[in-house]
Amino acid sequence: MAEKRLNPEELVKYFKDEFKTNIKNIQIKRRAAGKKKNETATIWMKIDKSAFKKVIEHLCKLQFPHLGVASGNDLGNTIELIYHFTLNSGKRMEEINLHISVELPKSKPEIETICDWIPGALITEREKMEMLGVKIIGIPDDRKCFLPDDFPEDVYPWRRDEKGLEKLYKNLHEVKK
Amino acid sequence: MKQKTTTKTSYHIPIGPIHPALKEPVFFEFEIDGERIVDVDVKLGHVHRAVEWASRKRNPIQILYIAERICGICSYSHPVAFALAVEDAADIMIPERAEYLRVIQGELERICSHLLWAGVAAHEIGFDTVLFFTWQVRERTLDLTEFLTGNRITKAITMIGGVRRDITKDMLPRIQKDLDYLKECYGKLGKIFLEDKTIKLRSQGAGILTKEDALKLCAVGPTTRASGVKKDVRVDTSYFAYGDLDIDCITPADLTGTVNGDVYDRIIQRLLEVKQSIDLIEQCVDKMPAGDIVAEPKIAKLLAQLKKVNGEGVGRHEAPRGEVIHYVKLDGNDAPFTWKVRAPTYNNILPWIPMLKGEQIADIPIVAASTDPCISCTNRVGIVKDGNKYELTKEQLHKMSVEKTRRLMR
Repeated sequence: MAEKRLNPEELVKYFKDEFKTNIKNIQIKRRAAGKKKNETATIWMKIDKSAFKKVIEHLCKLQFPHLGVASGNDLGNTIELIYHFTLNSGKRMEEINLHISVELPKSKPEIETICDWIPGALITEREKMEMLGVKIIGIPDDRKCFLPDDFPEDVYPWRRDEKGLEKLYKNLHEVKK
Repeated sequence: MKQKTTTKTSYHIPIGPIHPALKEPVFFEFEIDGERIVDVDVKLGHVHRAVEWASRKRNPIQILYIAERICGICSYSHPVAFALAVEDAADIMIPERAEYLRVIQGELERICSHLLWAGVAAHEIGFDTVLFFTWQVRERTLDLTEFLTGNRITKAITMIGGVRRDITKDMLPRIQKDLDYLKECYGKLGKIFLEDKTIKLRSQGAGILTKEDALKLCAVGPTTRASGVKKDVRVDTSYFAYGDLDIDCITPADLTGTVNGDVYDRIIQRLLEVKQSIDLIEQCVDKMPAGDIVAEPKIAKLLAQLKKVNGEGVGRHEAPRGEVIHYVKLDGNDAPFTWKVRAPTYNNILPWIPMLKGEQIADIPIVAASTDPCISCTNRVGIVKDGNKYELTKEQLHKMSVEKTRRLMR
């Protein structure tokens, strides 16, 4: 597995050079802790949906990352997925948190799977499918993960629109089983 | 007689949702060929309590107490990871003394959890005297927790921006006394677990997780470290007072020189971590600076401050079972816009599959328990064979495991 260590600035520069306008809102935050005020760096970046798979590919070729989890927000017109990675583990206080955010239009909430690069992403991708109604293209296992098999169709617990849980706990009879 | 053409060489065993090595229900379906496990499928969600949904109508302080109830053993790790995420989003700096107090609580929880696990692991392979011994030691640790926080399990010690109770000077002798007791028992425990022939026979070479699989499947905590992956939030990042302390990432190689990634290595890993935790608490007691224990003691003021925040944050803490991540997005309302919880076992589910493949049925309890999967209630196993249904109760499965141990002892 590839193992090239870059510091936060180098990492940001690498992605900027490689993807240019497809990456937006790059922020490097550092937070100090303890008496000695040692710092840990966190990078937040927003990626255009079209470049997402390529970014993951580059990331894996640079250094195989640890995927913590993907979290999701329903932002109204779009669904935001945030993939929480960590890099440079194993050396004292060198780890970088990398949070990659992708916005998907609600009209077509689809994104490619990253399981072919990071097999450990399977559970979190299945969770995003059932909780947010995102379609993960090419996922090796598309069954429900946390919700029961007989959970109503087209209801997604993390949504804040008409597909959310409002109906389910107020007017259950309106929900299609 | 002509054999039926439909005869299959393998059959399926469903285990769970209430299951041999878990306090939390998980459903396993094993494909078995004779005694060997050919394939495993895991199904989750039987205790999905919609905690994140419940948070939508609560403010961050109230969420601290929901977070505490996510897990009975990590009842400190979850609220503290949530607090870290909120502090990250709102840019709250916590007082130095509180950072040290948080480390002490975190390490005490790790000792309790690892000792509980050691007892359960011993029980799974039929050493109930060891179970009683480890839990007796754990009881002392729980008493110390009660002395420091007022409660044994749900400690309610975390507050956004610090902790809720200080450790005063007159409490230090009691802490030292209990730590000395722990050190004394640690020697005994090490001898039982590391030198006993039968434990070695049952655990060496069982449930192997290779380093490559651990990396690829994103395993966390002692499970991944026992496979030789150096990944520990306490070492890799600077949070709480861990940046100030003398701490090194432990792998089983520190004791034995090699890493096999089997159940035995996971036992070594947790034992070494208990020792490390005792050491970290001592360091904290020594180095702890004086000062405040919380950034903003007035809760109404703190809530008003959080209501003005518009941003997102991530909190990561090394819980006993591995890294726990909380993501919080605040948008100026009372309740956070999003709160996502990722407990360590979530990432340690997939590694079960390579661990269990090729093992025997009698090894299921100990291999499944070896990742410490938010441990252990148990129930029945049903065997479906040729359309007939047999049921193996939890007791029978446990008996099979014990019998295997006895066989090996002969």
